[in-house]
Amino acid sequence: MGITFRKETFRDDFTFRNSPEHIRRFPFPFHEDSYMYAVNIEPHVVGPKGSVLENLIDVDEHYVAEMQDRALVLAEDPLRCQSLPHMTLAGWDLLELLMEQQALGYPEHFTLTRDGDRWRWINRPLGIDDTFTFGDTSTLPYGPMEYITRQSQGDFCILDQRDGNLWMDAGMVTTQADWSLDFDIGMNFFEWHAPVPLAHEKGIFIRALKFLTNIQQGKPARRLNWTMTINPRLDTSPENYHKWGPDRTTVTPENVGDKVHLRVELQSFWRLPRSNGVVFPIRCYLIKMDELVTQPKWARRLHRVIRDLPEELATYKGLTRYRPTLVEWLSKLDDGSATSPGFGPD
Amino acid sequence: MSTGTTKLDVVVSDVVPVNELVTRFHFRRRDGELLPTFSGGAHVVVEMRDGERTRLNPYSLMGSPLNTSEYTISVRRDDVGRGGSLFMHRSVKPGLEMVISYPVNLFSLDLRARKHLMLAGGIGITPFMAQTSQLAGSGGNFELHYTCRTASLGTYADVLQQRYDRRVRLYHDDLDERIDLDRLLSSQPLGTHLYVCGPAGMINWVRDRAAALGWPSETVHFEHFAAPQPGAPFDVTLAVTGKTIRVGSQQSLLEAIEAAGVDPPYLCRGGVCGQCETNVVSHDGKFIHNDHWLSEEDHRSGCKIMPCVSRFEGKSLVLER
Repeated sequence: MGITFRKETFRDDFTFRNSPEHIRRFPFPFHEDSYMYAVNIEPHVVGPKGSVLENLIDVDEHYVAEMQDRALVLAEDPLRCQSLPHMTLAGWDLLELLMEQQALGYPEHFTLTRDGDRWRWINRPLGIDDTFTFGDTSTLPYGPMEYITRQSQGDFCILDQRDGNLWMDAGMVTTQADWSLDFDIGMNFFEWHAPVPLAHEKGIFIRALKFLTNIQQGKPARRLNWTMTINPRLDTSPENYHKWGPDRTTVTPENVGDKVHLRVELQSFWRLPRSNGVVFPIRCYLIKMDELVTQPKWARRLHRVIRDLPEELATYKGLTRYRPTLVEWLSKLDDGSATSPGFGPD
Repeated sequence: MSTGTTKLDVVVSDVVPVNELVTRFHFRRRDGELLPTFSGGAHVVVEMRDGERTRLNPYSLMGSPLNTSEYTISVRRDDVGRGGSLFMHRSVKPGLEMVISYPVNLFSLDLRARKHLMLAGGIGITPFMAQTSQLAGSGGNFELHYTCRTASLGTYADVLQQRYDRRVRLYHDDLDERIDLDRLLSSQPLGTHLYVCGPAGMINWVRDRAAALGWPSETVHFEHFAAPQPGAPFDVTLAVTGKTIRVGSQQSLLEAIEAAGVDPPYLCRGGVCGQCETNVVSHDGKFIHNDHWLSEEDHRSGCKIMPCVSRFEGKSLVLER
């Protein structure tokens, strides 16, 4: 049985919703009642059935709508997809990875057939059936990275590894939490993380880089990150700040449940075999407060996390303006009882 | 035994003598599937079960990265080493089931390079076999300068010349042919990257001359896996696990730690990758550092050791393991 893809929007009338099954599989990022940075990296291995980790590259009910939204973003701003000239080989690596994983996890929707370097790719949800020569860019309508990331949920950063550092030399970035590929392209790991508060002092980036440069083929890793977004908008980019920034002034006690969304990124890290680069898929999951609080444990815990969040983090995540309204709204759903350990709903 | 990589169950599909010192080994997956794709310059760690003893040695993959039906490595026989190469030459026959690691690349091509200038010495030719295949397949611009003792010991020189013709230049020690290094390094186009793999003396010479001639360090790439050297046995206390171990004369410190059931992480086992870096709690004696990972300052400090290749002589050594 395949996925039923929703018809929905991430802009204008914002018809994005999660079905009840998708609420329960939401990757809630808090395993305890408080939050602080940690190097929370773990092996990216297959998780329980019915979770977002059931497959290493997750495809869900929002797939078709997200790909349509990506196409709209790219039509307005082609610089959301960039690949420096030396990164084409890494693009082929990524094409192989995403085709293999999507075909493996969702055979009813995707099929990959290989005959040497003649490949046939069938993507039924998007109505694509292409035959091409692996390694020959002229046989695809776009470069290999752009071709496959127009058909894969989440943003993708491809990092070149050299001189003991990682360099943001290619990417497809249209569902980002307020950062810009066009600004970061060509930067190294320390340069693009410079704006993050507190973590530098803790030496987190030095340890994280050491870990990432040692990621081995066949052993991907992952971590969760989170922020909040007003309205289910995938494209919260600096380029479009004028469109979404003002949304943050529109939160009222009456509309918190509908407007405020928890935004969770499932970030994974994979060594690419031909280019020796690293790809960093950043998959965004959105859930509105009304949906999230259908799980009482999550409601109680989120209240405590947001209430006690250090000021610097609240500022960095852009929550300052509506935090009091949100905390007040969530407090009514927190009876003070204990929450069970772990991420999942009760 | 722990490692930084996933293991591959393989079978030796062919053993081919190449010349009087070098033998080539072919591996295929036991389950008949394709092997993982790799990039030119990658190595695998081969597990050698030799009676009671397990040795783990890194070897560069030398086949084309485009062919993943088999992996090939070439092993130079070292009659005075710790026995890994002798084991490969004497005991590894077609049909033998072995375990190797996933490929790891610590000697990667910089794909920004406008030109790749490669310098090989002796068995240091092996990573360039894969890198030249990779570049040739994608129209890459490279030039290979290969120094060997004699024509008959010029492992794969004939193959390379046949494949790449004038892009390969050979130098034979017995004919007193020498690379005119300064001239070579001074006459390269902008955007050239330099790669060197061979004996330590050659690597140092090339790096020194490149630095003196103004090559930015980011454009100079080298790979030298130090083989663990034999030496006098010594005793070590592992402070974290509370064990006392003896490192045999033909054993590396890392192997002795592993034999005691403690598994530090590792990737290269050749003093390059930094994974097995170990803190020294206390010592009374002298370190014999053989790695390329720690800084000279680290070596002088006596606070760190790379157990894959370095040894110790003296009264006592306590490590944080």
